[in-house]
Formats: sequence, C-alpha cells, structure tokens
Amino acid sequence: MPNDPPWRLDIRPAGEDGLEINLGGRWCLNAQLPACDVLTAELGGRIRRVGIAAVGLTEWDSGLLAFLCGALRVCAERDIAADTAGLPSGAQRLIAMALAVPEQKVPGRDTAPPSLSARVGMATVEFLRDGPQMLHFLGEITQSLVRLAGGRARFRARDLWLEIEEVGPRALPIVAVISFLVGLILAYLGADQLRLVGAQIFIADLVAIGMVREVGALMTGIIIAGRTGAAFAAQLGTMQVNEEIDAYKTLGISPVDFLVLPRILALMLMVPLLTLYSGIIGILAGLLVSVTIFHVGVFEYYAETLRALELKHFLVGLSKGSVYGAMIAFAGCLRGMHCGRSAEAVGRAATSAVVTAILLITVAASIMTIVYYQLGI
Amino acid sequence: MPPVEVRDLAIGYGDFVVQRNLNFVVNKGDIFVIMGGNGCGKTTLMRALVGLQRPLQGSVLFGGEDFWGAPEEERQRLNRRLGVLFQVGALWSSLTLAENVALPLSEYTALTQARIAEVVSFKLALVGLAGFEEFYPAELSGGMKKRAGVARALALDPDILVIDEPSSGLDPLTARRLDELIVDLRDALGTTIVVVTHDLASILSIGDNSIFLDSEAHTMISTGNPQQALISAHPKVRHFLTRGTG
Repeated sequence: MPNDPPWRLDIRPAGEDGLEINLGGRWCLNAQLPACDVLTAELGGRIRRVGIAAVGLTEWDSGLLAFLCGALRVCAERDIAADTAGLPSGAQRLIAMALAVPEQKVPGRDTAPPSLSARVGMATVEFLRDGPQMLHFLGEITQSLVRLAGGRARFRARDLWLEIEEVGPRALPIVAVISFLVGLILAYLGADQLRLVGAQIFIADLVAIGMVREVGALMTGIIIAGRTGAAFAAQLGTMQVNEEIDAYKTLGISPVDFLVLPRILALMLMVPLLTLYSGIIGILAGLLVSVTIFHVGVFEYYAETLRALELKHFLVGLSKGSVYGAMIAFAGCLRGMHCGRSAEAVGRAATSAVVTAILLITVAASIMTIVYYQLGI
Repeated sequence: MPPVEVRDLAIGYGDFVVQRNLNFVVNKGDIFVIMGGNGCGKTTLMRALVGLQRPLQGSVLFGGEDFWGAPEEERQRLNRRLGVLFQVGALWSSLTLAENVALPLSEYTALTQARIAEVVSFKLALVGLAGFEEFYPAELSGGMKKRAGVARALALDPDILVIDEPSSGLDPLTARRLDELIVDLRDALGTTIVVVTHDLASILSIGDNSIFLDSEAHTMISTGNPQQALISAHPKVRHFLTRGTG
C-alpha cells in the first residue's frame, strides 16, 4: 500500500499511570513524520511514567530525534519519568546531549521588538549624534589642513596622484554621457518655450549658462558621489575592519593626514575640472539639437553662446564644483572612518556616504545659488 | 624603572566596566602573557596599553612616565617606543611589504632612502621574509602576514612589542614557529614583549610572567609564571590551563 506512511507510532496505556510508546518503520525527515503534539497531547492527566521502545524501527535520522526531544522536554517540565532505554544507542546519546543543557533565557534576546515610539526615539538620538560627529571630523580635517599649510602634514604624493587618476580621467566617460543627455534635455525644454515667441536662438543662452553655472556641477557632483564617495567609504571602512587605521594611530601617524587629506584634495581639484568638461559636453549637445531639430545655424549658435558666457559663470561653476568635491570627500571619509567592524557595516558606510554626500550637495547648492543671486554674480 | 607598569587600571565602555583593579609590572626582557577566556577584556586591555582606548581610571606607565596623563604630543613620543602586532596583521593593504616597514622609518627617522631600503630588507629577513619586499599583503598567507606584521612592529626598534593573539588563524606548526620567532627576537634584541593570548601552547611555552583576567570577577585573579600557575594558582586558572581537566 504505497499511500500508507512508512512510520508507525503506537501509544498504549501501561498500568495505572504509565504510557508505552513504540516507534516502528522508517523515521526519517523525508517520511512526512507527525508533529510531536501527537505525543505531548497524551502526556496530561495522571501519566507519571513513559517508556519509549523502538521495536521494528528500520531507519531513523534527525526526524526521530526532533520528534522525541520535544516530547521529552515536556516530560521533564511535568516531572514525568521517561525511559529511553528501548531506543537505538546512537539515538539515546544524541537525545542525552540535546537535553543536557536546559533551554537558556539569554538576557537581551527575548525582549519584544521595540515599540514605534521607542524606535522613533532611538532614530532621533542617532540623528542628533550625527551632528557633533560631523563637526568633530570637520575639526580634525581643519587641523590637518592647517598642518598641511605649515608643511607638517605628511602623506605620500603617490596616493594623491592615484586618487586624482581614479577620480578624474576614469570618470570622463560617465560624466560625458550624463552631461550630453542633460544638455539635450535642456535644449528641448528651452526650445519648446522659446518657439512660442520665435526666439529659438536663445536656446544657446539657456544651455550655456545652465550647464556651466548650475547643472554641470550638480550632475558631476551626483555622479562622483555615487562613484567615488561610496568608494572612499568602502576603502576606509575596510581599513577600519582590518585594524589598519589603528596601526596608523599606534605609530602616531594621523590617519586623517595620511588617508583623508589626499582624498579631499583630489576631489577639490578634480570635480571643478570635471564640471568644466561637463559644461562643454552639454553645450555641444545643445548645439546638435538646435542645428538638427530647430534649424538654428551653427555659427549663430556659436556666437550666441560666446555672447552669453561671461567669466563669472565659469567662476560660479568652478567654485560649486570645488565645494561639492569637498562635500563628497568629507561624507565618504566620515562614514568610512566611523565604520563598524563587520562586512555589513562597510556596506552601510558606503550607502550612508552617498546619501550624506547628495544631501550636503543639495543644501550647499541651494545656499550658494541664493548667495550668488543676492550678490548679483 | 620597569618598561611597563599598570596601576589601578579600570577599562570598559561607558558605564560598563570590563576589568578593574588591574595592577602589574612587566620586567625588562620578559615575555609577559595577558591571558583569559573569550570576552574577558584582553583585547580592551591591549588597546588601553597601546593608546587606542582611554581607560576609565588608573594609569599606564612606560619607563615610569604616565601615558594617559600626558599631553597628545608626549603620548605620540611614548607610543613610538612601542611596536604593535594586531590580530589580523593590519598591514596597510595599499602598500607593499617594503613600504609597510619603511613608512614608520621615513616618518620618524632622518635616514636616506637607500639606508631605509637596507633596514627594511634586514627586518624582513629577520622574520624570514627576505625576497618578499615587493609583495602586497593580500598576496601572502596568514602566517606570512603575521611575520610581516612583526617586521613592521620592529621597524623603529621598539623597547616593547605588544602582540594581540599571535596564534589566531594559524595552524599549530605555524603558530609554534611564530612563538619561536618571538622568543628569538626577545633573546637577540632584548625587547620586552607583551602577548595577549588564550592559546595554551603559547602561554606555557613562551610566557615568563602572566596575569589571568577573569570575566566573572571582572579583575585579574592570578599573576606569575604560567608554569607555576599550572600547579599553584587559583582553581579557575588551573582549570583554564588544563582545558578543564585539572
């Protein structure tokens, strides 16, 4: 009969207060074993003794042990004498090992998950701690910059060049693609509005000033935050895990001088250059759209762009690039240096670096735009 | 003046005291073992000794000079008399072995590049890694990383070498060779060595003196030569040193 279970469980009363249990057949995990409730349900009332036998047991594995251990724990709780002498000796030893140490209540592990208000509170405390931590790190960097100005901060020039190469040339393709597409979008956006008044030539002004002054720096900042800010956090975080940062400290070498300074300098130098590059690519995209779709002459567009672009727009763009670069390096290094000592913590540091960098960039962008407007630059 | 003296030290995190009332002296040229079970605060004590974590209370003296009471610059100067070997080696992963050993030298000595290169080769040869100058840490086995860590810790010829868990992650033979290296270095250079470990073979074979940190009493419950401790010390220490059979 193929549908019969391969295992057998016989439960018989034995005398006044006893129970005889026999396990037969195949007691394996893949044999659709019964839950141990079947047995524990019988253990109530006046039962004081349980005898377990295994007459006709052909095969067994953890399935048998899991089934019995549940029942035997209940027996122990209710002071019921259990006799397992009838089981195979291997099973007896494993059951004895499993029951040797009573279930432990580990402090701090059995508490319910914190309530909503508790979690809100913890998140707030965490958030408030972030501010002083940032200020502290900013202070360390400032001290380090002062040492650098006095010629006393030490890092290896090679590290600076490596970072510059990583941040600059290697980021050119992705910055080009994004800037080209953003320039294209700006041109379409402008063309749609300017066509109403027949002033399509002013697409050139919009794209040139927009890209050079604002959008180039913003796009570059966001790309570099995702590309390099996260990398900084992961690099420094891994060094933290490997105790490399501690090794610098015990030698009296400031990790801020040695690791953070070259990264901040590299970004402050390279992001403005990438911003400039992004602006030029954006203008080329605008030119392409205007000439092919909106029938503006190449030379007209060129002349209009030159007329629109004043030096101040370049300076605004470059200054923004430099500030964004500093913000990205700051966020990346901050999260890396305060990274915990696990693989998970490194991942969190990288994520948090990008989020922090983008937040800082956006805030800085708003402040600078307002200040420059008020100053009439 | 003993090279290291610890007075009434308490270490921990915030309100949580891991160990308190620690008092011990490390004699010159000794291999001093800080032992205890997992989670007893061995590594925390080591971090307080090497200046990475401020103790809650008490003082650490190097040659009679108080470390934690001193201003930052003084602490850095004292720190340079200390070489540290971290548990995972902590070699700087972006630098080659030669650069790892050379960095402290170029930071703190006025030696020329050529002279530094000679010293680096010598230190690497000392730990049996001659010819590995241009290797990066990731290209080495666990035992070689520890040896390279020793070479870097020895770069500035420290008076005191602090080693955290020398045998962790090493097979018994490699661990024993590292122990032999530690003893050889002590014999040859006269360096005072503080070893934080729970490895019985190391404790019994290389330790001249020791303290035992207990995680329940939250303080040290035994001092003295580990071999002696095996016979005479606190039952808990004997229990530990005999893997619970004595």
